[in-house]
Amino acid sequence: MSAKVETAERVADLSGDKYKYGFVTDIEMERGAKGLNEAAVRFISSRKQEPEWMLEWRLSALQRWRQMTEPKWARVHYPPIDYDDAYYYAAPKSQDSRPKNLDDVDPKLLDTYRKLGIPLSEQKLLAGVAVDAVFDSVSVATTFKAKLNEAGVIFCPISEAIREHPDLVRKYLGTVVPVTDNFFATMNSAVFSDGTFVYVPKGVRCPMELSTYFRINASETGQFERTLIIADENSHVSYLEGCTAPKRDEHQLHAAVVELIALDGAEIKYSTVQNWYPGDEQGKGGIYNFVTKRGDCRGKRSKISWTQVETGSAITWKYPSCILRGDDSVGEFYSIAITNHFQQADTGTKMLHLGRNTRSRIVSKGISAGKAQNTYRGLVSVHARADNARNHTQCDSLLIGADCGAHTVPYIESRNPSAKIEHEATTSKISDDQLFYALARGIPQEEAVALIVNGFCREVLQQLPMEFAVEAQKLVGISLEGSVG
Amino acid sequence: MNLLEIDNLHVSIDGKEILKGITLSIPEGEVHAIMGPNGSGKSTLSYALAGRAGYEVTRGRMLYRGEDLTGLSPDRRAALGVFLALQYPVEIPGVTTITFLKTALNAQRRARGESEMDAMQVLRRVRKKAHALNVSEDMLKRPLNAGFSGGEKKRMEILQMSLFEPKLAILDETDSGLDIDALKLVASGVNAQRAADRAMLVITHYQRLLDYIVPDRVHVLAQGRIVTSGGPDLARELELRGYGAVVEAA
Repeated sequence: MSAKVETAERVADLSGDKYKYGFVTDIEMERGAKGLNEAAVRFISSRKQEPEWMLEWRLSALQRWRQMTEPKWARVHYPPIDYDDAYYYAAPKSQDSRPKNLDDVDPKLLDTYRKLGIPLSEQKLLAGVAVDAVFDSVSVATTFKAKLNEAGVIFCPISEAIREHPDLVRKYLGTVVPVTDNFFATMNSAVFSDGTFVYVPKGVRCPMELSTYFRINASETGQFERTLIIADENSHVSYLEGCTAPKRDEHQLHAAVVELIALDGAEIKYSTVQNWYPGDEQGKGGIYNFVTKRGDCRGKRSKISWTQVETGSAITWKYPSCILRGDDSVGEFYSIAITNHFQQADTGTKMLHLGRNTRSRIVSKGISAGKAQNTYRGLVSVHARADNARNHTQCDSLLIGADCGAHTVPYIESRNPSAKIEHEATTSKISDDQLFYALARGIPQEEAVALIVNGFCREVLQQLPMEFAVEAQKLVGISLEGSVG
Repeated sequence: MNLLEIDNLHVSIDGKEILKGITLSIPEGEVHAIMGPNGSGKSTLSYALAGRAGYEVTRGRMLYRGEDLTGLSPDRRAALGVFLALQYPVEIPGVTTITFLKTALNAQRRARGESEMDAMQVLRRVRKKAHALNVSEDMLKRPLNAGFSGGEKKRMEILQMSLFEPKLAILDETDSGLDIDALKLVASGVNAQRAADRAMLVITHYQRLLDYIVPDRVHVLAQGRIVTSGGPDLARELELRGYGAVVEAA
């Protein structure tokens, strides 16, 4: 551990700081030049030793992006971002030679992940969870690859997949989130650096939980992850991602694209525990989390389930969605979004019912404290062909204190008279009675708030894989510390 | 020894004085009843003892085992052994009863510097106590008080009292909303917990409860003051003559 890191930790302890992951790893980095331009795109592509088709794909995205304007419809406010005053590629120099196994990974990186609670050595790992560790713009380690390989499951950094499984990547990349989709997705298509690629073959039930741990470390650098998960016919996979970043006064951009494809009878369960640095209590610093996530239930009887626990980031702009294309397909969205201090979240989902007998379920729990603003924005759309489509939406907001806001913006469109769409929404506060009751039974205030909020979120927390549910519960408590009293 | 000594206690809510000089001592091992008409300040006294925010002690002291409770947070008081059974137990949606009990028990233990109990230890301990109060396994798995009947809620309060083993138990209108069978069950639960080192303050509007929980002393509260005190007979006199006559005579 470097002295710098130790000092940072000690300072954080002394100041009673709640964000445990705010340290910086002192490691020599290679960066591209500042700016979002053709040189940056070519630099990234060459660092990744990409084939020509990939470079062309990126360049077409860049060209498109230049003609696009930033979306302004979300209920979030931030000063204009100078996209030319940021780095788009940063990688630890020690990773230049791309270590073949964990023994070759820079100890500083292993140590970073250990401190984040993600030991990368396979003996120490949570049994049954494989991890891909992404550090700024590169994947630094992927565990249990061999074991997954035996089952035929491909689990690797997307940059590796582009080189080694080009047919699969070309067939599916950009088919759920097109290059032209939106400002941030198009930007990502031009400069994405690393992320995870998963392919589960026909009839295979992935033998372990897959997970990616995203870490932003370098300053003035954005992270542009790209994840692509394909579940072939009658396969099943559960995937979880976690994210943290150092504390910095500047804002940093995280613009990810995640595409999921479920073929006939396949099921993908995708869980997120997002804990990017949220900024300080005055709203200084924090990650701008502008993310496009979409799943395509391409096959009949397929199912995609999103679960997200969003506690970090200064701004979250994110709508994990399902295209219910296959007949009898199912989409689910379970969300907890917690905003405290000056955090802003505008998050929700889109359920697009294209196939017959498609069903979707939305459960959103928004918690707002301090001076934060929390918006649920969702679309349920039933197309003409989607006979007997069903949707149930439950949107609950919890307010803590008098200076925060909760907003619910549901859009419902139906072009088929057989559709059944239900929307329920509630807004409540933690009552003085509840708080006093818990206190009078000996539960200290912050623990009482965490307990009550965890109860409010229970339906969503139950959706998380067991290994992560306990961590997520703790995180819910930590995110709200200092919000009452 | 007096477990609780309340000395000239004045309590205000939003600047309005509700308790106007209460003096009251409860020795260890005794059960005292506070009776009084609506609006006399009974619940205010219970909240002031438990430390609820907004109940401002403007004068006087509440000495619990020789230490003034004023200024201690409610959770600190609970850890020291003060327990308040509420007239209207609160629902906490999504938090299972057993989770709540475990969290509370361990928070108290932690505050006292004792080791925490694991889920199995807590469950065993709760089950043992739950049986006597006819609290079902199903109730323990349901969210705390959510959808519980009036009787179930009160039994849950008494279960918590028996689990936390307080030194001072304050029962605020525990009889309200109970039919006679439920009342008997709750009363026998309370009686089972009478102990030489424990004091109880039973707050009630009606004499009925005191047929089952027989107090050592009865105090009559009116307009923020204790106007008269006596033995168990005083409760029966109140029932016969009504608050008006007794308060006037005092």
